Order: sequence, then C-alpha cells, then structure tokens
Amino acid sequence: MADLALRPARVDAFGALPSLAHGSRFAATPVGPATRFVFRGRGPAIDAAATAFGVALPREACRAAEAAERAALWLGPDEWLLLAPDGEGEAIAAAFRAIEAPHSLVEVSHRNTAVTLSGSEVTKVIASGCPLDLHLTTFPVGMCTRTLYAKAEIVLWRRAVDRFRLECGRSFAPYVHGVLADAAAEFAVAD
Amino acid sequence: MLLITCPYCGPRPEIEFAARGEAHVARAAPDADGEAVAASLYVRSNPRGVIAERWRHVAGCGRFFDALRHTVTDKFVATYRVGEPRPDLAAPAGAGEGTR
Repeated sequence: MADLALRPARVDAFGALPSLAHGSRFAATPVGPATRFVFRGRGPAIDAAATAFGVALPREACRAAEAAERAALWLGPDEWLLLAPDGEGEAIAAAFRAIEAPHSLVEVSHRNTAVTLSGSEVTKVIASGCPLDLHLTTFPVGMCTRTLYAKAEIVLWRRAVDRFRLECGRSFAPYVHGVLADAAAEFAVAD
Repeated sequence: MLLITCPYCGPRPEIEFAARGEAHVARAAPDADGEAVAASLYVRSNPRGVIAERWRHVAGCGRFFDALRHTVTDKFVATYRVGEPRPDLAAPAGAGEGTR
C-alpha cells in the first residue's frame, strides 16, 4: 500500500505553463488547485446529493448550477461534475457518506486541471478546436458539456458571454495549452 | 459537418460519437447449438437501407443510444434511448428520402 506521506506535492498542470495574454482579446488564466468529484446516481440519490453538496444538481441537460463557490455541472443523465474550492474534499466526502441511496462519488481533483478562457475573441479561439456551435443562442451562459478540443476531451462551461472554464485531464494540459497558444496567435493578435 | 441527435444532449457533431455495431441483436439461448451461437455473434443484417445501430456519445454525455441510419445516404432517420422499441419508420414522412 502506498505511503501517503510519499505522495509528491501537487503541481497544477496549467499553472506550470506560460500564461497566454493578448490584452482584452484573449487570456488563458489557470484556475489553480480545486476540489473535484464525479457524482453518479439516480432518483433519490440526486436529491440527497444536492443536500449534501449544497447545490441543486441540474436535471436539464448540459446545464450548471452554482452556489457559494460550489458548482454542479451536468455531464450525463446520471452524472455530474462537482467543483469546490481546494481543500474541501474531506468535508464533501464526509457529507456524502450519509447518503443511503446507491450512488458513486469519485474524487478527480488531481485527474483534472482547469483554465479560465476570456476575452472578446474567446469563442474564435475555442472554435479553432471545438466542433460545437458556441453562439449564445446554442451555447448560452450557464451551459456546460463534455466535448472535444482538438484531440483532447474537455469539459467546457460558459461562465459569462466572453468567459469560459475549460477542464481537461492534467496530462492533456501541455497539449491543450499548445493548441490554445496557436489559436490565440491566429485569432487574438491585436490589430 | 454531420450532426447526430443525442437523445440526451440534442444535436451534436459526429466527431463526438462512436458507432458500436448493429442494435437489437438477440443473444443465442444458453442451450443453443454452436451454429446458432456463431450466427448471433457474427452474422449481421448489413442491409442496403435503414439499419438500427448502437451508438455512444462518447465525448459528450457518454451514454449509449440506438439510431436508425440509412447505409447508403448516411442519413440519421431517428435516435432513441436504449430499451425503447425501434421506431416505426412508416410514421415520419420522408424517412426514406434518398433511397434509390
């Protein structure tokens, strides 16, 4: 059994990469360490999870709900990504332990890493690698979904008209960062 | 870009999906002979026309679903959730569009 004391210090995969800044046109800012869980359950487990987590899990497809720095992102009809500030993992896991309905709760804090994308040209930069229609009518504020960015699987969450949160596997961070840098150089350079 | 309507997420680009072969294949009975087992494993209808297939929205909600697709035109006639019966094609008008 692995000795927990030997676990290496946590490094934020996006934080170790150079920041992308193109003035007000585009910026990629690492979110930094966060607590993440994937919750899966049906029926009564969903309501119980909402009580334990403090955020009502959205039932509508591809929607996110937020409350007090915590967020629940719909990933599938019985699957949600739960986001919370760093260091709250123990408390969340303890709260879910009281749920009796069948469910699963998997901590993925270290599996994922996230970056905030913002700026007036942000949709162009994302559209360079994402096949979704990012127009406000088809991808409104508050929508979130698992999708692809170039060859990496990501979770894309629109926080504001020109601000997104992109979550991806930590080992994909250098790749995603590289594609973002190329796209930003093409679409977000100043006139 | 070909759009496929996920029964859970709505219309999404084809690149997010993975095909998983023919749907509604009946498994051979436990006491069936070898020939029947082989047929249920390997023999597929492979029609020139509409086929029911299992698909997965692998880079989206991750859920499996069934789809009716025309093998000549690649047109998706209908998508429906696993466990639901195959939709009656006589109902929607123009479903056989593109058939030669």
